[in-house]
Amino acid sequence: MSEPLLELAGFSFSIESRAILRDVSFRVADLERVAVIGPNGAGKTTLLKCVVRILRGGRGRIAVDGRPIEEYAQAELARRVAYVPQADARPVPFTVREFVGMARYPHLGPLAPSRPEDERAVARALEDTGTATLADRTMDTLSGGERQKCFLAAGLAQEARLLLLDEPTAFLDPAHKAEILGTLARVHGERGGAVLFVTHDVNEALARAGRVIALREGAVAFDGPGESLTADGTLRAVYAHDFAIGPHPRTGRAVVFP
Amino acid sequence: MTRRGWVVAGIAAAAVAGAAAAPFLGILPLSDPLSGPVLRQLRVPRAALAFLAGTGLALAGMTFQAMFRNALATPFTLGVASGAAFGATLSIRLGWTFSLLGVSAVSLSAFLGALGSLLLVYGIASARRTFSTAVLLLSGVAVSFFFSSLILFVQYLSDFTGSFRILRWLMGGLDAVGYAAVLDVLPFVLSGSAVILFFGRELNLLAVGEDFAVSRGVDLSRVRVVLFGASTLMVGGIVALCGPIGFVGMMAPHICRLLVGPEHRWLGPATALFGGLFLLACDSLARLLIAPAEIPVGVVTALLGGPFFVWLLLRRPAGAGLLA
Repeated sequence: MSEPLLELAGFSFSIESRAILRDVSFRVADLERVAVIGPNGAGKTTLLKCVVRILRGGRGRIAVDGRPIEEYAQAELARRVAYVPQADARPVPFTVREFVGMARYPHLGPLAPSRPEDERAVARALEDTGTATLADRTMDTLSGGERQKCFLAAGLAQEARLLLLDEPTAFLDPAHKAEILGTLARVHGERGGAVLFVTHDVNEALARAGRVIALREGAVAFDGPGESLTADGTLRAVYAHDFAIGPHPRTGRAVVFP
Repeated sequence: MTRRGWVVAGIAAAAVAGAAAAPFLGILPLSDPLSGPVLRQLRVPRAALAFLAGTGLALAGMTFQAMFRNALATPFTLGVASGAAFGATLSIRLGWTFSLLGVSAVSLSAFLGALGSLLLVYGIASARRTFSTAVLLLSGVAVSFFFSSLILFVQYLSDFTGSFRILRWLMGGLDAVGYAAVLDVLPFVLSGSAVILFFGRELNLLAVGEDFAVSRGVDLSRVRVVLFGASTLMVGGIVALCGPIGFVGMMAPHICRLLVGPEHRWLGPATALFGGLFLLACDSLARLLIAPAEIPVGVVTALLGGPFFVWLLLRRPAGAGLLA
């Protein structure tokens, strides 16, 4: 196996002596698309924030491209890992183009004007996410679905090999959910790299990721292909909830009913 | 040129015109032999001082607003202005007149007061192990009240003349004789403004959110120290000379944000120019309204700022405190 893009080894993280993540270990290789699921408070968002060093500290190892993240300057890390937070409900009225353009920050020197390659990266990200027509609108005039697409565009414009997304489909209706995840899958196929996305929707994880990592109380409770997650009682144990599981009427794949 | 470019150019033109015209307002007829000296020794330095102070306070306000993601944040929010005011009040009360490396005792103690209040806020936030906006704002308000009470206390201990001098200084004033005051404040404003304008990209990212900025590669702790340091230095230097002139730091950046939008590489220069022009206009009003007597300029900015503050509160939807 080639060098993993992301590696966690025995990583634990606590806030005020409350353990949020316990002894988490996994590797993500190039071209993988991984969904992170788990009940509320399982540590999914904390996991992403630790990888991009929004949260610092913790015990154990997190390495990106084989190098521990503490050794990177923040901008250096940002050229390798892009993070797409949940779209803010109270956005600053930057235009979409300005907002997406900010993702080029780690590629630019201080005061350096943006270069043609930066313009290209922004244009491509807008194109890929279908937000080019919104480019001159301001963020506060967009709908929730449009705004989430712009956040995805910003993540793509950063041109990092590893893309982390925190609940990219939260608060979206089914059509917009499908659109965002379809876009993500298509773009990932075209651009390569690795994608790690947090979701509350188990079916989304099963349908859109090749691999699912389930967290329970900060520890990895399951790591493997989605089919094995639904095959036995693992999923019920993770959520401590008696799901009904049955075949999808159209595709025949396992679907989880809340 | 883009619309935004034209607006910034317009503000620049207005600033130049205003700065050129202001010294001539309300002056004796040019034929009067006294008009020349009055112009050179009183009016021009006063206009320069007003412009520099306005620029510095407005840029500091813009910086705090972006870093707190809150349009109501001002140089007063962190208690910085109150700390500076306390330092200056104390040195006025004690009658210190020495100067160190050309910096007067009042400037020095104002800067130390500003620094002290910033460190206090920083300390409280560190003890809470968070630099969340709520903690910083609340500790800023607490520190501000603390220093305001100390100022009242010092004033209470002073005799009638001293008390009046302190009160007059607290109202803010830009009356300068000669160029000493201008040269005193110039290095503070130039260096502080340069730093803030240099960090336009970082301010954009911070205005969206701290997590967001970090994930885009901003070295948060370094940028925070540099930007707070530069703003504090500038506010300290200005408050020492001109008193705690309120509301410029809140109004100027906000009006500019309505004119050119939130992108700091445009907003910065616009705010610097508009802030200078704004305080210059307020000072001219202060000078002319009841001429030959003068109103303290802090009273004029507060009279304009109070209603503006209320308007700002009323026009935003409940719960939205952001830069919208």
